[in-house]
Amino acid sequence: MTDVLAITEHRRGELRDVSYEIITAGRQLADETGGDLHLAVISGTVDEFAEKLNRDGVEAIHTVSYGEEFNHDVYTQAITQLYDELAPQYVLAPNSVNGLDYAPAVANALDLPVVTDTIDLETDGETLIATREMYGGKVETTNELEGEAVATIRSTEWPQSDGTGDASIEAFDADIDEDAIGSSVNGFEEVAGGDVDISEADVLVSVGRGIEEEDNIPLIEDLAEALGATVSSSRPIVDNGWLPKNRQVGQSGKVVTPDVYIAIGISGAVQHVAGMKGSDTIVAINTDPNAPIMDIADYAIHDDLFDVVPALTEEFQ
Amino acid sequence: MKILVTVKEVATVEDEFEIEGTEIASQYLGADLNEWDDYAIEEAVQLQEDGIADEVVTVTIGPEECEQTIRQALAKGADRAVRVWDDSLEGVDLLDVNAKTEILSGVVEAEDPDLVLTGVQAGDDSFAATGVSLAEEIGAQWGAVVNHLEHEFDDDLASVRRELEGGVEELTEIELPAVLTIQTGINEPRYASLRGIRQAQRKELDVQTLADLGVDESAIDAELTLTDMYEPESESDVTIWEGSAEETAAELGDLLRDKGVAP
Ligand SMILES: Cc1cc2nc3c(=O)[nH]c(=O)nc-3n(C[C@H](O)[C@H](O)[C@H](O)COP(=O)(O)OP(=O)(O)OC[C@H]3O[C@@H](n4cnc5c(N)ncnc54)[C@H](O)[C@@H]3O)c2cc1C
Repeated sequence: MTDVLAITEHRRGELRDVSYEIITAGRQLADETGGDLHLAVISGTVDEFAEKLNRDGVEAIHTVSYGEEFNHDVYTQAITQLYDELAPQYVLAPNSVNGLDYAPAVANALDLPVVTDTIDLETDGETLIATREMYGGKVETTNELEGEAVATIRSTEWPQSDGTGDASIEAFDADIDEDAIGSSVNGFEEVAGGDVDISEADVLVSVGRGIEEEDNIPLIEDLAEALGATVSSSRPIVDNGWLPKNRQVGQSGKVVTPDVYIAIGISGAVQHVAGMKGSDTIVAINTDPNAPIMDIADYAIHDDLFDVVPALTEEFQ
Repeated sequence: MKILVTVKEVATVEDEFEIEGTEIASQYLGADLNEWDDYAIEEAVQLQEDGIADEVVTVTIGPEECEQTIRQALAKGADRAVRVWDDSLEGVDLLDVNAKTEILSGVVEAEDPDLVLTGVQAGDDSFAATGVSLAEEIGAQWGAVVNHLEHEFDDDLASVRRELEGGVEELTEIELPAVLTIQTGINEPRYASLRGIRQAQRKELDVQTLADLGVDESAIDAELTLTDMYEPESESDVTIWEGSAEETAAELGDLLRDKGVAP
């Protein structure tokens, strides 16, 4: 029997969606061999969180009341202690920025292998088969791990669980060694403010690294102006300082849902797609017919943006 | 202060490629300095220019061919480089996080840095886990996905910003010694100057075997085995517009007019 310990996530008083997704992933894995699904909720208003997490298929919810916000030392200590107590076969964590800030440490502390950013998980009770991508999403791979393991799951790959459950909710008295806490979180800041809110736009003309140089950005701005659309971008454009942070679409930028999203010279890395896959119609202009963006595009032009964009601008001028 | 920067030569894939077994056929592969490591190198070199770091050392796990990439890091200002390689690493399909952790911790033991900078992830295998795993192994503190680092280390603390999801940044203080995984956007990586490139040729590039580092060969027995590689199935029924740029632009123009979103 394969017991699973799944770690939930919250920030600034709210459970994050991946907490409900990890219930589905954990249940699926535990079901394959008839094991139990344990959840852990660490720091913050744990009792309130536990109520909300009590969904179908969860056997037990372990609450660790310590501090308000995420601290990786607290998480690492609490999870390794829970692991020793529950002896699950698999520990699941979100492949979030915070998940990546403790899951590898937990794995190393427990001397377990770790596999990150999984999009599918299967087990026969002995071997974990994890599916994940490589080379920026160009290929998918399967990977086998024997025995116990730690895996992080990519968000939105599993549906959110629903249905009220009858899990036991148990306070876990983790013995947190304060001397071993070597970092402290002093606050948060929203960084993508400003005059333009790309999440409100009906049409986004979105530019990626295919544009090559800052001097070429006006090409995209001219198109947007001709269309009455708004300019957005992938991350490298913002990293290079060619557009302000509030134009960045993606996991660490904004989530957008326009009627039409025109991805120009954007490969479609998972962190970018996370911010725009809810767009109504997606059009990709890219020289690479195998770019991952093609997997989610509705329409595609496999051609050079330096030819297509001016031609399109001309049409509307 | 001494800074160790992990530098990886990543495999890049051409637009069109073929898969052979669990690998992309070698004729479709190129090599490049890992994008995220480039930012880590830049941050370390800036710390040195600011008079905070006395020495910047790079460490790379890889065969002789990747010395090109290592020289790039040296040309940007790193002082010297360590490259770890060994026959036992030759045939390994995919070096997993544990194996990298073991090897790098051997280097940390030998070098004893105050700060280790790694890229957030590698562009090829994208595990995004080695830095944090290494920190735990060597008993150092850490911070993942750092996009700002204050260059004063008052009270031996690193003041960083960690970039969370959705445009939110976390302000965190981390005790030294620490491992920070560096996110793009933290700085603007420089191009190597001609002078830098010339100087890099003369900088020390030290090759170490596992035995030199006191790492047991069994430590790299992969616990994770790659069993299959394939092209992902497309989720959408994409309509591909063909023809000249004028023709495809006209198709897109019609779509935008049909949808009523353009004049
Ligand atoms: C923790 C984390 C968070 C991240 N958050 C985000 C985020 O919020 N948003 C984000 O976008 N990324 C994010 N990233 C980065 C992400 O992984 C990718 O690196 C990034 O999205 C790539 O941007 P791109 O598609 O513009 O560039 P590339 O991947 O370099 O793609 C460029 C594309 O342009 C095409 N191209 C080149 N020349 C032409 C031409 N002449 N005509 C047409 N097409 C051309 C190429 O075929 C290629 O597909 C994050 C990464 C990490 C690790």
